[in-house]
Amino acid sequence: MNVWIAILATAVGCYAVKLIGLLVPTGVLERPLVQRLAALLPVALLAALTAQQTFADGQVLVLDARASGLAAAAVALLLRAPFLLVVAAAVIVTAGVRAMTG
Amino acid sequence: MAEQTALAEPHDAGGAKPDRAVVQDALGVGIAVGLSGFAFGVTSAGGGLSLPQTCALSLLVFTGASQFALVGALAAGGNPFTAAAGAFFLGVRNAFYGLRLSQVLALPRAVRPFAAQWIIDETTAVTLAQPTRRAARIGFTVTGLALYVLWNLTTLLGALGAEAIGDTEAWGLDAAGPAVFLALLAPMLRTTGERAVAGIAVVLGLGLLPVLPTGVPVLVAALAAPVVLWAEGRRRADRQPDGRLEDQRDGGRDDRRGGRQGEGR
Repeated sequence: MNVWIAILATAVGCYAVKLIGLLVPTGVLERPLVQRLAALLPVALLAALTAQQTFADGQVLVLDARASGLAAAAVALLLRAPFLLVVAAAVIVTAGVRAMTG
Repeated sequence: MAEQTALAEPHDAGGAKPDRAVVQDALGVGIAVGLSGFAFGVTSAGGGLSLPQTCALSLLVFTGASQFALVGALAAGGNPFTAAAGAFFLGVRNAFYGLRLSQVLALPRAVRPFAAQWIIDETTAVTLAQPTRRAARIGFTVTGLALYVLWNLTTLLGALGAEAIGDTEAWGLDAAGPAVFLALLAPMLRTTGERAVAGIAVVLGLGLLPVLPTGVPVLVAALAAPVVLWAEGRRRADRQPDGRLEDQRDGGRDDRRGGRQGEGR
């Protein structure tokens, strides 16, 4: 039940912000400060989420195979690999390291 | 709106891009990204969400980063509202895409509620890259349709696949979520300000993880954005003061002189 509440809340919220952009008069969201904040907000959230989903096990910080997978993804990004290849590199390296350290 | 259409007319007649070229661009992006719905389906099912829940997310939310964030937070045992809040804040950027697109596409009012669901990173990127309104409308529609159909189809297949595989961690599939986030984040880190935001957010997100309830540290980490914005604003105010500092006339004049010297160099 809790999961469905979260899904519906996210769906309503995400649809609402998409629609707002199409409906509000130009000018309201066009202030430079608001635009800059909107650009920086995803940077903060994505950085925090990347770090947490790599180094967190529940509420404990750990260093495991996921870190090597993320490093592989970072290398793939530096080499300008396409999106799917970046994700595949992370998955394959994580699986490999986990199998070796088992 | 009529004005905008009229303005675009001569532009449309001029340097037009063949419809086929637009469709090809749009399909390329739509198919490449649509396939990554596999990663979402697998991650969501691996995180403990049921098949209907996983598919409902792709059908109803349809914005990848928010979906990954939500299933990650729920899998970690977060409260449904903090989990939804994190996903929501990630989706806020779509409002700004919508603002740009409403000018470019000039959609009739009745169509907007339907077009809204397709306003995401990829459709915006393809649409804004088009030279004319006709090309922009084709690009938006084809990218949106290809992505929506494929994203939902591959979500379903990914979730079914994860159930068939069983232990998704043995296959390293728990690394797909953070890799997706990193791939979305990397192109955003262009300036010092953006890198500072990312660095502070990582420190806050990891540092607060052991002490705050699950899901809350990500929301606190989001404060890195306004903090850096405030610091940027202060630095700019220090560097180029203008006539606004009238209550400190002498200081203001000194600063102005400094500014002119700076320009001369």
